[in-house]
Amino acid sequence: MLDLRLNCDTVRRVLTGFIDNEVRKAGFERVVVGLSGGVDSSLSAFLAAEALGPQNVWGILMPYRTSNPESAAHATLVVEALDIHNLTVDITPMVDAYFATFTDADNVRRGNKMARERMTILFDHSARLGGLVLGTSNKTELLLGYGTLHGDMASAVNPLGDLYKTQVRQLALHLKVPTVIVEKQPSADLWAGQTDEAELGFTYKEVDRVLYLLVDQRYEVADLIADGFDERFVRAVYHKVQASQYKRRLPVIAKVSSRTIDRDFRYPRDWGR
Amino acid sequence: MRRSRVAVAQIAPILGDVEKNLALHEKAAREAISQSVNLLVFPELSLTGYFLKDQVTSVALTEHAPALDVLRNLSHRVAMVVGFVEEAPGHRFHNAAAYLEGGEIRHIHRKVYLPTYGIFDEQRYLAAGAQVQAFDTALGRMAILICEDLWHPATAGIAAWDGAQIILCPSASPGRGLGQAEPFQNASTWERVIRAYGDLFTCFVVYANRVGYEDGACFWGGSEVVGPTGQALAKARYLEEEFLVVEVEGGALRRARVANPLLRDERLELTLQEVQRILRARGGDPG
Repeated sequence: MLDLRLNCDTVRRVLTGFIDNEVRKAGFERVVVGLSGGVDSSLSAFLAAEALGPQNVWGILMPYRTSNPESAAHATLVVEALDIHNLTVDITPMVDAYFATFTDADNVRRGNKMARERMTILFDHSARLGGLVLGTSNKTELLLGYGTLHGDMASAVNPLGDLYKTQVRQLALHLKVPTVIVEKQPSADLWAGQTDEAELGFTYKEVDRVLYLLVDQRYEVADLIADGFDERFVRAVYHKVQASQYKRRLPVIAKVSSRTIDRDFRYPRDWGR
Repeated sequence: MRRSRVAVAQIAPILGDVEKNLALHEKAAREAISQSVNLLVFPELSLTGYFLKDQVTSVALTEHAPALDVLRNLSHRVAMVVGFVEEAPGHRFHNAAAYLEGGEIRHIHRKVYLPTYGIFDEQRYLAAGAQVQAFDTALGRMAILICEDLWHPATAGIAAWDGAQIILCPSASPGRGLGQAEPFQNASTWERVIRAYGDLFTCFVVYANRVGYEDGACFWGGSEVVGPTGQALAKARYLEEEFLVVEVEGGALRRARVANPLLRDERLELTLQEVQRILRARGGDPG
């Protein structure tokens, strides 16, 4: 049952169809996507260009002064491969202006601020260009909570949110995303030398297996331990998923009325679309 | 059973918009008439879309609703199976499918098994039907089973034992489970199930699935007409709209039942006796 291989042709059709359908239903033709030079945003851009045509995709590069120059170079590879519109907005002035007042901020606060700065730029360009913000968060990072709430987790339409990181890589290779992007060490690039796997303490390959069994195949923690998975690792993963549940939901509302948004006022997101 | 041309309208209904969906139905009915189709089958909840949630009460129609008049009129020229939310007396809302023929509704099936697990939430919004019955039409004897109904094999058995020559299955199946199966894991299960029913119950099965997206879920299409030896006689594409037409004829049904007289040998009294024994042993416990 532990098979994370995709039938890439079908997934490609489903995801491009999804982008086309959800964007047009909302009354738009264009998308705006933040390009980090990583595999997730690159794949999102490739799918969007195929779904909507490259003339309807805007890739926005948003470097900070400490960003690895390789990130912008790889994002530019994507822009050139797809022939999509692009724009670079340096976030250094706004981020540094803020932290000039709060000089004690650690890497996490700085990283979150950068992610949220980028989000405000994407949503401003959504209004400016008349395009929806295309999401780039994959299922692994959404489940682990490895993302900034209202930062990189924010989007209008997310084609990748039900694909694990290792599946994102499979699909990216299938769509011919440049291999240098698919094969490099994933990094949020929020500070020099950061890599996802060093920060998380495990590899995507390892964690995707556990998440797939827990979430998709409905294994209990005890089942995984009985099957020989390392108990500490499984419990750590489970804890991360549980602890980050709030990030995957709207803010909790105090219920006092007879019909409360999302509790007993339940309409599809595509209501009226 | 008459030799007939059967069509499936593999459409993408618009969520919550009965008026626009009626227009889609009218267009498909006219296409059917132009192709001399005798019976046109639409997917589950074809007039309303599927993941309605709290919209259920706003899109519901009674069986006498004037909104259905245009389809009633068209049914003089082509019989149709149409999916809708039926508001029944007592303001109970059903996931229903109507068989329209000769200007009137001949039969309504109310979905018996309302899936309420995983991606599904039907029992929250809808009332379950309480009957599975075959019915006579100008084309032959039929039964309607809606989507999840078919995942309970007794319903297909009842339809066949009640004389159905064609089982009509309107469906709104969202694709789930990525792997090597095309296009989704649940789609391959569906295909095994309907072909097995054709074979085991020696009848035709018309599986009418929809396409399109609702809240990110994708309906996989792949509608199919299965013959009474379990073979797919015609199959629509996955994930795209299609108007699928195929001819069905009583000779194939007769030959299948001669070669494989399973229905003749069916022992309903045995089934009844054992079901009653099981129910007695459970003593009210669902088991």
